[in-house]
Amino acid sequence: MAMTQKEILSGLSEIIDEIAGVPADEVTPDKTFVDDLDIDSLSMVEIAVAAQDKFGVEIPDDQLKDLKTVQDVIDYVERSSVSA
Amino acid sequence: MRTHQGSAGAKVLAFGGYQPAKVVTNDDLSATVDTNDEWIRSRVGIESRRIAAPDETVADMAVNAAGKALAGSGLSPADIDLVIVATCTPEVMIPNTAAVVARRLGISAPGAYDLNAACAGFCYALANASDAIRAGSARHVLVIGSEKLSQWVDWTDRSTCIIFADGAGAAVVGPAEESDDQVPGIGPVAWGSDGSMADKIFIKDRDSFIFQEGQSVFRWATTALHPVALRACADAGVDPAELDVFVPHQANLRIIESIARKLGAPQAKVATDIVHAGNTSSASIPLALSRMIERGELASGDKALLIGFGAGVCYAAQVITLP
Repeated sequence: MAMTQKEILSGLSEIIDEIAGVPADEVTPDKTFVDDLDIDSLSMVEIAVAAQDKFGVEIPDDQLKDLKTVQDVIDYVERSSVSA
Repeated sequence: MRTHQGSAGAKVLAFGGYQPAKVVTNDDLSATVDTNDEWIRSRVGIESRRIAAPDETVADMAVNAAGKALAGSGLSPADIDLVIVATCTPEVMIPNTAAVVARRLGISAPGAYDLNAACAGFCYALANASDAIRAGSARHVLVIGSEKLSQWVDWTDRSTCIIFADGAGAAVVGPAEESDDQVPGIGPVAWGSDGSMADKIFIKDRDSFIFQEGQSVFRWATTALHPVALRACADAGVDPAELDVFVPHQANLRIIESIARKLGAPQAKVATDIVHAGNTSSASIPLALSRMIERGELASGDKALLIGFGAGVCYAAQVITLP
């Protein structure tokens, strides 16, 4: 069953809160990881791994580097779950 | 008629550690390489590391650390019948470091071998020591991790020169009683390897520098080691929630924090010796333990989970009871 964007955002915010300590309500789709949320590439790897556990969607390093905003990740997860 | 007998178990009697005198700070490195203190602290967690003198060898550092462990154990050199040096940076291929170190410590004719499992070396060697004592191949084993990574580092490469450092740590291991309702002195080892990742951390040949593909190693370390840690705990009959101490190889503070976060041992003290030691490969675990014990942070009888991991990739974990 496909997840809605809202559900993905909610799951993702939990992950980001746990890994990077950013409060979930501060994680909005428009924000960039590096500049707005102060999340570096090592944390991105951890977030990608946690997202794989939670959403069943793999995000390899070469795809991860192109995901700059929260919305980018939501779209990626949504795309990948539909085709799975 | 067989007279040789092993023992029910094994335990660590004492730890010892050694760091070279020369301190290299992040600011020192920033003077010659495009990096800065804030970046290094945030990505790797290191504030300063120690570098051996040009003529200071892996054997020199090993002798130093081992001497302290021996003194702490109350045993004399004559009691040691096996010396294992875990190292992946010996100056020469032959003779091995262990035989030389044994001689310098005044240990008369022990079994002696070097062991190369990169940053998992100490945990591998500790497992070997425990097995030898149980089998009766040895009674008291000196296990040393000693590395001079600085002689393999490209000091113009900011991805490696900020991380790798020099040092040594040692443990004296002896026989122990064992019972089903007690945590073992040295629990069964949970070890393994994945040669498909051999190209992630390597030194190509005698004239080359150490290379590491940081991102892949980070991803592997923060995902693949969790089940190994759990297995080591289960095999020792310990729930992670009962651990007093967690000592992962001091590879990178972010890796340490990530593995610790998932372990399910919120009450355990986590070793963060890397902050003032850098990544000293097989020396990192015994060095961290010896320094934490010296500072009075740990108690005799504490249950500690050790996990080493690195080039190979190789990994090994076991639960031990602290001396």
